[in-house]
Amino acid sequence: MPSRRDLLAGAAALAASGALRAASQERLSEAELLRFAPLGQVTLLHLSDLHGQLAPMHLREAAVNRGVGPAGAQPPFLAGESFRAWFGIPAETPFAHAVSAEDFDRLARRYGRMGGLDRIATLVAAIRAERHGRTLLLDGGDTWQGGWLALASGGEAILAAMALIAPDAMTGHWEFTYGADRMRALVAEAERRGTRFLAGNVQEREWNDDVFPALHLFERGGVGVAVIGQAYPYTPIANPARLIPDWTMGVQADRLAARVAAARAAGAEAVVLLSHNGVALDRALAERVDGIDVILSGHTHDCTPAPLRVGRTLIAASGAHGKFLTRIDLAVAGGRVVEHRHALIPVFAEAIRPDPVVAAAVAAARAPHAALLDTVVAVTESTLWRRGTLNGTWDDLICAALMAETGAEIAFSPGFRWGTALPAGSPVTMEAVFEQTAITYPNVWRRAMTGAAIKEMLEDVADNLFHADPFYQQGGDMVRAGGLGFLLDPEAPRGRRIDGLTLLASGAPLEAGRGYAVAGWASVGEAAAGPPAWEPLAAHLRRLGTVRIAANTAIRLR
Amino acid sequence: MIALTAATAMLSVLPARAEEALRPRTRAAVQGIVGDRTVREGGITLRLPAIAENGNSVPLAISVDSPMTESDHVTAVHVLADANPLAEVATFRFTPACGRAEASTRIRLGETQDLVAIAELSDGSVRLARQEVKVTIGGCGG
Repeated sequence: MPSRRDLLAGAAALAASGALRAASQERLSEAELLRFAPLGQVTLLHLSDLHGQLAPMHLREAAVNRGVGPAGAQPPFLAGESFRAWFGIPAETPFAHAVSAEDFDRLARRYGRMGGLDRIATLVAAIRAERHGRTLLLDGGDTWQGGWLALASGGEAILAAMALIAPDAMTGHWEFTYGADRMRALVAEAERRGTRFLAGNVQEREWNDDVFPALHLFERGGVGVAVIGQAYPYTPIANPARLIPDWTMGVQADRLAARVAAARAAGAEAVVLLSHNGVALDRALAERVDGIDVILSGHTHDCTPAPLRVGRTLIAASGAHGKFLTRIDLAVAGGRVVEHRHALIPVFAEAIRPDPVVAAAVAAARAPHAALLDTVVAVTESTLWRRGTLNGTWDDLICAALMAETGAEIAFSPGFRWGTALPAGSPVTMEAVFEQTAITYPNVWRRAMTGAAIKEMLEDVADNLFHADPFYQQGGDMVRAGGLGFLLDPEAPRGRRIDGLTLLASGAPLEAGRGYAVAGWASVGEAAAGPPAWEPLAAHLRRLGTVRIAANTAIRLR
Repeated sequence: MIALTAATAMLSVLPARAEEALRPRTRAAVQGIVGDRTVREGGITLRLPAIAENGNSVPLAISVDSPMTESDHVTAVHVLADANPLAEVATFRFTPACGRAEASTRIRLGETQDLVAIAELSDGSVRLARQEVKVTIGGCGG
């Protein structure tokens, strides 16, 4: 349970953001979203994991978000009512809808879409005007991937749109999946437009030289603010290493500690880690590395209505897809942060005036693709969402499509956390299909796997999620499975978490020695030969015409 | 400082995952190196990735705190991989002329397992460090 101090911190933060406004169930205004009593010399603005999402959308948070051990009973491993209880957020309010999957469709209708780069631009411009010369806008990465515009332009369309709001610095993860050469070109272009790409934990494999600058010492409000970039440390494992064969990463806590010390020695009075570690790993890292004032945490798509605290380090996360903007004001005295004020600002699209320049640029970028993206392939009677420890209806649908199109008995889809939601009754467009599948290695594979190999693979992924030590967690959701039933015990030791594997087609237990026809996509090994995953998904949706997805009861958590 | 003399008791005080004892074969190899000498925790640093990017080539660096003088120096460091077909991966031998007790190499790990490093010192004491390295199929959540 949260301590009284946590609750007070949460309530104070919500009050500061204007979002609490008692327990009102009315929509919030732009002025209320921006309400904030400024503090000190420096304002940090953070957004992360935009995943190419330039337009307002619906995004359903996880209803099930399991962690392990004592850490599993605190943020970020909370969802729905327990999340709201921890942070003191009343049910049914706009803020409750922003952070919780409870009653999603009904509240989505009431409060409307969220995000949109043109809305974020309005908020950023207002805060920059109020805090001129004091503001740092920091982008946590996973920005240039996601959706068709990102993929079709090799990241360029998103980079160009982001340049209009001019982040001062960014770090990355999916950016690396464009391949090393393309990424270097994108980084050079971003820097030309004023955004520094920082990553202290990416080294060239042969000589261990830094590939990118690790940090930059900014001056804001007369204060030296060091921003250290931390790219997603497990990119070469979680994504195809063949795309960045000469680069090595890792958490590198010792190297980070040295960089923090060097930043202080160089005159930094505040040290910020712009991190793509994920919240659980950032908590663990803050316990190991002293001297970081603020960790702005991306990757796991968590949001923190109030910052988490580890010693003197604040950890703040800002969700995904442009749904939130975090503001933290810092008062610095005597070479250290002495006071802070924080708000997680929910970007309610219907409350915020779109910035006309950004809106026009986004529309212009989309226009050549509009006929493709607006193509309706089905209508859904079920809510389609992605997030959750075990499954989401989007991936249930992708697995069904892979089985239907390849004739496989079993299908797997990665536990990606990105991807927007569609409330029941929505048309399903190609734009939505791409929002779930547009990556640089989208190809479908089909092969025979033994029951033993299937179990080993599931155990391997489960250990990447539920290892007791956050340094060994990769920070995603469980691989999604179709045609398969099992019981997952997160607290069990490695190799013993998966039980009761069943082939759903026959209802028979999976046999260790038998071969099964298995399909999947997004292989991190060798490139697969099949079509990109959006093709079978679109074909399947067209054939269905109307999507109805029953609750997945075959895959369960202990 | 915890100091124990029996190798079996020693293993139980390591900062190890409680549910994962070393395999009998590895324990025997540790026992063979340690003999009846005193095992100390600390003073030995094992640098390994928590999750290997490539199990076929895992960077490993070891350093032992030691003045490396005639009277007080490290004589050898042994590296064992609990689940490899051959647990004894490498032995590095040192003299005071080495100046520092440090070594680095790349090793091959067939699967997720614990690495054990044992340092033998000229005063007859033994230091031991242990770390898990995950060798994973990969795939992404975020």
